[in-house]
Amino acid sequence: MQLFKKTTAIDFLGARKVATSLSVVLIIAALISLFFRGLNFGIDFTGGTLIEVGYPQSVDLVEVRKTLAAHGFDDAIVQHFGTSREVLVRVPPREGVNSAELSTQILDALRQQPDAGEIKMRRVEFVGPQVGEELTNDGGLAMLYALIGILIYVALRFEYRFAVGSVAALVHDVIITLGVFSLLQLNFDLTVLAAILAIIGYSLNDTIVVFDRIRENFIKLRTGTPMEVMNVSINQTLARTLMTSFTTLLVVVALFLFGGELIHGFATALLIGIIVGTYSSIYVASSAALALGVSKTDLMPVEKEGAEQDDLP
Amino acid sequence: MMNQYPLWKYLLIAVIVIAGVIYALPNLYGEDPAVQISPARSEQLDASIQQRVNSVLEQKGITPLRTEYTGQRMLLRFSDTEVQLKAYDLIRDALGNGYTVALNLAPATPGWLQSMNAKPMYLGLDLRGGVHFLMEVDMAVALNQALERYVGDFRSALREGKVRYLTIAREGSRVEIKFRDPGQREAALALLTKSADYDDLDFAEEEEGGAYYLRATLKEAAQREIKRFALQQNITTLRNRVNELGVAEPVIQQQGQERIVVQLPGVQDTARAKEILGATATLEFRLVDERGDVQAAVAGRVPPGSRLYYDRDGRPILLKRQVIITGDYITDASSGIEQQTGSPAVFITLDGKGARMMSNATRDNVGKSMAVVFIEIKSETRMVDGKPVKTKKKVEEVINVAVIRDQLGKRFQISGLDSTREARDLALLLRAGALAAPIEIVEERTIGPSLGQDNIDKGVRSVVIGFVLVLAFMAFWYRGFGLMANLALTLNLVLIVAVLSMLQATLTLPGIAGIVLTVGMAVDANVLIFERIREELRNGNTPQSSIDAGYGKAFSTIADANITTLLAALVLFGFGTGPIKGFAVTLSIGIVTSMFTAIMVTRAVANLVYGRQRRLGKLSI
Repeated sequence: MQLFKKTTAIDFLGARKVATSLSVVLIIAALISLFFRGLNFGIDFTGGTLIEVGYPQSVDLVEVRKTLAAHGFDDAIVQHFGTSREVLVRVPPREGVNSAELSTQILDALRQQPDAGEIKMRRVEFVGPQVGEELTNDGGLAMLYALIGILIYVALRFEYRFAVGSVAALVHDVIITLGVFSLLQLNFDLTVLAAILAIIGYSLNDTIVVFDRIRENFIKLRTGTPMEVMNVSINQTLARTLMTSFTTLLVVVALFLFGGELIHGFATALLIGIIVGTYSSIYVASSAALALGVSKTDLMPVEKEGAEQDDLP
Repeated sequence: MMNQYPLWKYLLIAVIVIAGVIYALPNLYGEDPAVQISPARSEQLDASIQQRVNSVLEQKGITPLRTEYTGQRMLLRFSDTEVQLKAYDLIRDALGNGYTVALNLAPATPGWLQSMNAKPMYLGLDLRGGVHFLMEVDMAVALNQALERYVGDFRSALREGKVRYLTIAREGSRVEIKFRDPGQREAALALLTKSADYDDLDFAEEEEGGAYYLRATLKEAAQREIKRFALQQNITTLRNRVNELGVAEPVIQQQGQERIVVQLPGVQDTARAKEILGATATLEFRLVDERGDVQAAVAGRVPPGSRLYYDRDGRPILLKRQVIITGDYITDASSGIEQQTGSPAVFITLDGKGARMMSNATRDNVGKSMAVVFIEIKSETRMVDGKPVKTKKKVEEVINVAVIRDQLGKRFQISGLDSTREARDLALLLRAGALAAPIEIVEERTIGPSLGQDNIDKGVRSVVIGFVLVLAFMAFWYRGFGLMANLALTLNLVLIVAVLSMLQATLTLPGIAGIVLTVGMAVDANVLIFERIREELRNGNTPQSSIDAGYGKAFSTIADANITTLLAALVLFGFGTGPIKGFAVTLSIGIVTSMFTAIMVTRAVANLVYGRQRRLGKLSI
C-alpha cells in the first residue's frame, strides 16, 4: 500500500500565512487560558495528600463527602476514579497536622462510613509542600535544559536558523498542549510533565527529518528558491511524517484506552502533542527557518568543507 | 550490484539476538511465593536454622518446593500463597525475635539461567505494591544540638579556668559569651583556643553596647560532619527498624545531603510502618549490681535500688537504678581496633557535661562493671472497643557489659569485644541511641497490592495491543519489508526487556508507557528507510541499488532524529524521580535498541532475502 502514488506537490509554505495565523491564535488562546485559569496541578506539585480507595460496590460520592466532612475534612476533593467503585480523595496540605499522619486519619474516617463495606486502600500519595515546590522548579528547569540542549545540537548539526526553527516548533507544541490541559482543567502531574518532555523529543524527531531533507535538497537541487526547495522537501517526507505519526498514535491510543487511570494524563498529553507536533513540523519549523532567511549558501559550506578536504591531493 | 553484509556482521547480530533472548527469558518464568529468613542483627545465618525450620514445617505436613540457604539468608519456596502464609506463621512463631521472617515473591528462574546471572526485571513499587517514603532529617536541629553542647562545655571550661563571664547562650547559629571587660575575654579566648576540643569552632571577638562578646560559630567542615553524622545515624536507626517489619528487599538510601529514601516492597500497613520507623531510641549507662542475687530477682525479689534487665540473648542481669549518663551526651561512636592489644573496640566521645558525669561516676568504681542499655520507645495503635488507641511501648535491652578499667572522661573505649562485627554492631546501636536529629516524612507513595497487579495487567495489555496494531499495520502497508520491520520490532521488544533485566533497572508504570511509545516510534526508522527505497524505485533505480541507497541515505536522518530524542530522555533521567526515571530509562534503552534492530537487523534480513539475486525484478514494499 502506498499513501501517495507519486510524490505530492502541495504548496505547504504558500499557506504559511494561514498556518502562522492559526498557530498564533492557538498560542494566544493557550496563553490566555494558562494565565487566567492556570493548570490544574496535581499534588506532585502543590503538595498534599491523595488517597485512592476501592469499595466492594458502587458508592455515592455525596455520602463519602458527608463522612469526610463529619471528620473535619470538608476541604477534601472527592471524585470517582475509573469506575464508580473507586474513589479518589485529595486533601490540601494542612498547617499543624503531622502531614504523614493525615492519610491514616482520612482512611480511618472513610472506614467509619456506615454500609460502605470493606474499603481497600489502593494508593496513598503524600507530597510535602517543600518537595512539591522542588518538583515544580526541577520540572521547569528540565524543560529548559532539554530545549537548550536541543538548540545547541541542532545549531551544531545544521545551522542556527534551523535550530531556532525547531525550538520554535517545540515551544509551540508545548504551549498548545499545556493550553489544552489548562482549558479542560485536566490534572497536571509528574507523568504529564514526562509526557511533555517526550513530546519535545518526538516533535523534534519529526522536524529533524524534514530539515535533513531540506539540507540535502539545498545541496542537490541547483535551482529553486529556498521556499520551493523547502516545499519539495516537505512533500518528499510527507508520507513518512504521516506514517510515523499514525503508528505512534496507534500505540498512544492503545495506552489511552487500556493503560488505566494512572497513565491517562500521560496518554492524553501525548495524544495532543503528537497531533500538534506533526502539524508543527510541517508548518511551523520550516516557516520559522524561512522567515529567518535561510538560504542555500548557509548550508553549503558545512557540507563542502569536509568534501573538499577529502578531495585534496 | 549486490547487497551483502560481511560475515562478522551476521555473527554479531546473531550473538546479540541470542544474548537478548537468554537474558529476556527469566521474565517468562514468573515468581514463586516464598518465605525469607534472615538474621535480625548479625550478617551470618547459622546453618542449624535449616533443621529447625524443616522440622517445624514437617510436623504440620508442609513441604516447601525448594529450600535455598546462602549463609546470609534462607529462602523457602511454596506452591501457592495459602501454604506460604501458613508456613510464614509457623516459622515466625518458632524462631522468635532473633530473625527477620518475611514474605517474598522469589523469581522462579531455572538454575541454568541463574548460573548465567540472568534475572527477571526489577519491578517498581507501583507495579508490585508497597511503600515509598522520602524522609528529611532536620539539620537545623542537629546543628543546634551541637551548639547547645558547646554552651555546657564552655561554662565548665571557663569555670575551671577561673575566667569570669556574664552569660553564655546559643544565639541562632552561634554561641555567644558575654564579658564585662576585654581582659576576661582575652583570657577566655586563650583558654578555649588552647584546647583541642574546640577545633571545630571559629571564634570572633565583638563589642556591642558596652559589652564584650566572644562569638563561636561552627566551621564549614564541622557542619558537614555533623550533618553527615545525623544522616548516617538516622539511616542506621531506620535499618534496624525496617528489619523488624519483615520486609524481603527493603531499600534504605541516602538521597542528597539531608534526605533518606525508604522503600518497602509488599508492605501494605503504612500506619504500622510509620509507627515502627518513627520509634525513638536512647541509651543508658548503668552500673551493674554485682552483689544482688539475679536468680532471686528473676523470681520476683529485686533488691531495692536495683532493676532487673535482660540482655539480647535473654539472660537476666541486675543493674543499679541510678543512671550514669544517657545517650543524649554521646557525640560520636565508632568501631575500630585498639592500638595496644589489637582487639576490636568501640570508641565513644561524650560532650562536656556527659564527660563530667561519667568521670564522677567512674572515679569510685574502677574495677566494677558498667552496662549499656538500649531503649526503644515505640508507639502502637491498637483497636480497643472499635476505637484506635495509641499506646507507647518501651523496650529495654542490655547491649554490652564491660569492666571499668580507669576513670572515664570525654573519650573512652569499650574493648574486649569478640569480633569486629560485634564492635560494629555495638557502635551502630550507640550511634542510634545518641541524641538524634528529628526526621520527618516529606513524601509518601503507597500502592496497594490490587492496584499493583492492576497496573501490571493494564500495562502489559496496552503494550500487547499497541504492538499488535503496529505489526498488523506494517505488514499491511509494506508487505514483505513490513514483515522484516515486524521482526525487528519484536526483537526490539525482546532486547529492551533483556537490557532492563541485565541492568536490573526498575520497571515502573511510566516505564511500561515508555516501552509502548518506543514500539510506536521504533518503526519510524524503518518507515524512513522504506519510504526512501520507494522513492529510489520511483526515480527508476534498480531494486538492489534502491535498497542500498534507501538504507544509506536514511541513516544520517535516523541518527539525528534519535540523538535528539535521546537528549530529551537524558534530561528527563537527570531530573526525574522514581517513576519518571523509569520512563526515561525505557525510552533511552528503546531508542538505542531500536536503532540496532531497525537498521542492522532489517538490513541483514533484506540482504539475506534479496541480496544474492543478481536479477531482482520487484521488491515487496
